[in-house]
Amino acid sequence: MVFPGTNCEHDVVHALDLIGLQPELVFHKETDLTGFDAVVLPGGFAHGDYLRTGAIARFSPIMGAVTAMAATGAPVIGICNGFQVLCEAGLLPGALVANRDLAFICRPVHLRVETSRSALTTGAASGEVLRIPLNSYEGNYVASPETIREMEAADQILVRYCDASGTISDAANPNGSIGNIAGVCNAAGNVAGLMPHPERAVETVLGSTDGIGLLRSIPAFADLVATRP
Amino acid sequence: MKFRIDIRRKEGLSDPEGMTTHKALHNLGYTDVTSAHFGRTIYLEIEAADPAAAAAEVETMCRQLLANPVIEDYDIGVVG
Repeated sequence: MVFPGTNCEHDVVHALDLIGLQPELVFHKETDLTGFDAVVLPGGFAHGDYLRTGAIARFSPIMGAVTAMAATGAPVIGICNGFQVLCEAGLLPGALVANRDLAFICRPVHLRVETSRSALTTGAASGEVLRIPLNSYEGNYVASPETIREMEAADQILVRYCDASGTISDAANPNGSIGNIAGVCNAAGNVAGLMPHPERAVETVLGSTDGIGLLRSIPAFADLVATRP
Repeated sequence: MKFRIDIRRKEGLSDPEGMTTHKALHNLGYTDVTSAHFGRTIYLEIEAADPAAAAAEVETMCRQLLANPVIEDYDIGVVG
């Protein structure tokens, strides 16, 4: 998915190519996603992030088809700015606001996998610690205490910021996200959003290959949905 | 008609700009400041024959686009 201002789409295409998928870029003015098994909203600054991050992008023509796809149970993944768009669209709970220290953060962070039930974590084990680059100013996840309680009860929190040993603490929270939350999913698990960039952790030369398991979860989850009785 | 819409973060949710400004004021000696919160103001001009209908329309605009009801509250005022 490419909005005006999206800038991580080629990284995502490269990473999905590497794991053997056949990605195609779709411009936001399209209205049809027929023939696709999954959709990824990559990072960037869709529509300049004017008003709020993702606020204008959620009304792009393609978002009707994205919402329809989400309703079928197919994987709909948002990375960084794509996560913000999915929150604005109401496809994921909560929202993302400016980082606690008002600084743009661009560095690898550690993430602890909390559940393997989503379209982004089917290929990861609960408790596994991943090292993935974070690259954002508005990465601070917020939601009301009731929403957080409901999400925890429904196992909708995918990954939390942690230290290298997997311990969740304030010190390991780069941006102030409530509960160190770095990624969430909807109740069905097929719509998933993640602030760090798994597509930037797919080759040794990039410093980490921990993103591969997350991205491989997308086709694995789609197969699970397809074979569900 | 001219409308003024004040949008601010819901109470209790993280407001890093407000928190940082609050600290800066304390550092300058304004220790009586108990909180600081940031918001956004949007001015709209609408060609309206029916003021009540225009106000209702602005309310809808706020819910649909101008504010994010998940994290923001808003007030709508008429300024002319």
